[in-house]
Amino acid sequence: MHPILKLVAQRLALGLLLLFAASILIFVGTSILPGDVAQSILGQSATPEALANLRAELGMDQPALTRYFSWLGGVLQGDLGTALTNGRDIAESLGSRLGNTLFLAFWAAVIAVPLSIFLGLLAVRYKDRWPDKLISGVTLTTISIPEFMIGYVLIYWVSIQWGMFSSVAIINESMSLGQKLNAIAIPVMVLTLVVLAHMMRMTRAAILNVMQSAYIETAELKGLGMLKIIRKHAFPNAIAPIVNVVMLNLAYLVVGVVVVEVVFAYPGMGQYLVDHVSKRDVPVVQACGLIFAAVYIGLNLVADIVSILANPRLRHPK
Amino acid sequence: MTDPLLKVRGLKIGATIYPPGEKPRDIEIVHGVDFDLAPGKVLGLIGESGAGKSTIGLASMAYGRGGVEITGGSVEVNGRDILQSGLRDVRRLRGAEVTYVSQSAAASFNPAKQIMEQVTEAAIFQNKFSRKDAEARAVELFAKLGLPDPDTIGNRYPHQVSGGQLQRCMTALALCPEPDLVVFDEPTTALDVTTQIDVLAAIKEAIRDTGVAALYITHDLAVVAQVSDHIMVLQQGAMVEYGTTDQIINDPQEDYTKALVSVRSITHEEKKPTATPVLKVENITARYSGTNFDVLKNINVELHPGQTLAVVGESGSGKSTLARVITGLLPPSQGTITFDGRPLTPDLATRPLEDLRELQMIYQMADTAMNPRQTVGTIIGRPLEFYFGLRGAEKQKRIQELLDEIELGEGFQDRYPAELSGGQKQRVCIARALAAKPKMIICDEVTSALDPLVADGILKLLLELQKIEDVAYLFITHDLATVRAIADSIAVMYQGSVVRYGPKSQVLSPPFDDYTDLLLSSVPEMKLGWLEDVLAHRKMESAGN
Repeated sequence: MHPILKLVAQRLALGLLLLFAASILIFVGTSILPGDVAQSILGQSATPEALANLRAELGMDQPALTRYFSWLGGVLQGDLGTALTNGRDIAESLGSRLGNTLFLAFWAAVIAVPLSIFLGLLAVRYKDRWPDKLISGVTLTTISIPEFMIGYVLIYWVSIQWGMFSSVAIINESMSLGQKLNAIAIPVMVLTLVVLAHMMRMTRAAILNVMQSAYIETAELKGLGMLKIIRKHAFPNAIAPIVNVVMLNLAYLVVGVVVVEVVFAYPGMGQYLVDHVSKRDVPVVQACGLIFAAVYIGLNLVADIVSILANPRLRHPK
Repeated sequence: MTDPLLKVRGLKIGATIYPPGEKPRDIEIVHGVDFDLAPGKVLGLIGESGAGKSTIGLASMAYGRGGVEITGGSVEVNGRDILQSGLRDVRRLRGAEVTYVSQSAAASFNPAKQIMEQVTEAAIFQNKFSRKDAEARAVELFAKLGLPDPDTIGNRYPHQVSGGQLQRCMTALALCPEPDLVVFDEPTTALDVTTQIDVLAAIKEAIRDTGVAALYITHDLAVVAQVSDHIMVLQQGAMVEYGTTDQIINDPQEDYTKALVSVRSITHEEKKPTATPVLKVENITARYSGTNFDVLKNINVELHPGQTLAVVGESGSGKSTLARVITGLLPPSQGTITFDGRPLTPDLATRPLEDLRELQMIYQMADTAMNPRQTVGTIIGRPLEFYFGLRGAEKQKRIQELLDEIELGEGFQDRYPAELSGGQKQRVCIARALAAKPKMIICDEVTSALDPLVADGILKLLLELQKIEDVAYLFITHDLATVRAIADSIAVMYQGSVVRYGPKSQVLSPPFDDYTDLLLSSVPEMKLGWLEDVLAHRKMESAGN
């Protein structure tokens, strides 16, 4: 077997193992949370008998291990359970929410990833000169401001003062792609500003690190121009660290958008999660947690695999 | 006389240095150097590290490495002063008229690109050849440089060929655009002697066949004597002597040149083995975990008190692994080690303090073997505290004694490693090893990173200390001149086995086994025509067989 296939298979297996471990953590974590669903559904005035009946109905009188395995068994068959609060199938309500979150994350990534890598390359090209300092200054400022703040500032200026784009990012099935994009334009801007600095700084650092190498000097002594050297000789050797940070940020775009979704009333996973945490709806929280974990692990797995594939020593063994 | 291809006048080069604890300041590292190089001729630039030879070589491409800047003078290539040209013109010169071969081809090739693409890049980029012609020329050069599979080797990645092969590829890279001048910057220094001789011959032949001129930079006078027409000796950024190769080698005028020519003047009387060895290595076989071959195969050697056993071999022959086994860093899969009459436990972690104290080690890179944030006093004082519990005035006294022994005076106690020269750093490492009052010291290539004259000083010091302290050395090296200078007995290693072992006089006298013969005959000698003689001799022998 090609050593690369073996490595990739190993990574995949590790990813699955990690996901399994995450599922245990999520289950244990939600089990030891204080509070009681039955109590919150029935209210303060509920009788002890009514509470006990509801708990039995919800399966909460079973031992934890039994509940975990029945939950895991369901998850493996695509059954995420039913929400305690409204009795709806979680998989169904999550499906469209997840779709919306991915839609927002996708467009934010489409803009942020190429932009940050380009800015990173530009910063390397003009290292320690004003373009570098300007890029670093601006991106570090935007990452330092809380995202809800950027959100409100952009709503005020872009939407209210200049009248471009909608300030509320509510989308639904019946909207066309153009309408949807118009609705999410401002949240996409916010997310881009939030993730730009991290990726751009990492690209800059990774390429500068490679620029110290002797083969960059070789390229310089061939008479190649700076941009060509960065593009042809430095970038291919900096892919692994760059992909790593890109994937971390993509994961953030999916998992960490809770605040932005709430600010813009966007019907995504984050808002769904926040709603149900406040209602102590454990199955929904578990399902969301598991999906977030899967996204994180999956994207990091991709980063790992890309790093392996980007390494010529592994791709072309002796 | 034809117009010179390269005409350097009053070349001054400066750099900014950052001494620890002080403000950065500008210093001059090359102080006005003049020379000419005619088309098709080879000029050897020779000197120790810090002499400015690489800096001058790169200046002929108007390039300053790191913070180095050319501050004055002129460098004319083909009649144009390239120091006055704009960056655009300089870039047109680099990789077209003047090309560069670096010391470490392994680092100078981009690991992510195929060799062919890198070898032809400059020729294509500079519009010297079409891609097809450049590739054809590269294949031709691969063949001329004696690379295996010249038609397909270009499709490989740098990590897929050996160090010596990559160095030849680098030469092909430099020759591919048909330059007028190639700067060879220590092209064989990083190679084993047996590889060096082949690469050297390939370079020499390629220079002759293509009629290119060359600046050949090296610290090894014996090597440069084989390839150059003229030699310029440099010391601390200034020219010491310039002459034909013949004159520099056979009739040096300046004291400094004479010292370079006669380096390795140490004579060492071989000592007879004693009754009981201090170290006895028996049937040692070892492998690294996760691999399925033995890096050491059935090694048997002895080292006697107050004597030196030199372990010689190429990189990968297992000599450093042997040191790792003896120190307990790599427990062997078979065999025993007896130290001072008692068995050593295989694993370092289980050895008593006394064993650790009596067996010390000195490393190749003194730089990385010392904590840069500790003063010399702290570094040497640590084993005194650790093994003998010395404190206060007693410790200070002992530190001073040790510093005297390594010929570093007062005032060195409070210095940091960064404030020391390479030779001084290695001396501090020697003092640290001696502080433990060991019975035996493993010296792993301790002079390899040093300039010849400095290395000589270190070897003399080691021999002197051996007499005083009666300490035994296990001396690991790839340098046969060093072995001649200090060894009492020698073990020649090849591919994990000891192929020849015995007292120095015996090991270095014929009849030789094939490998030892190859190794000994590959060591460059300081005489003209040595390279041709050896190659002719080898050709005759292989024809005879």
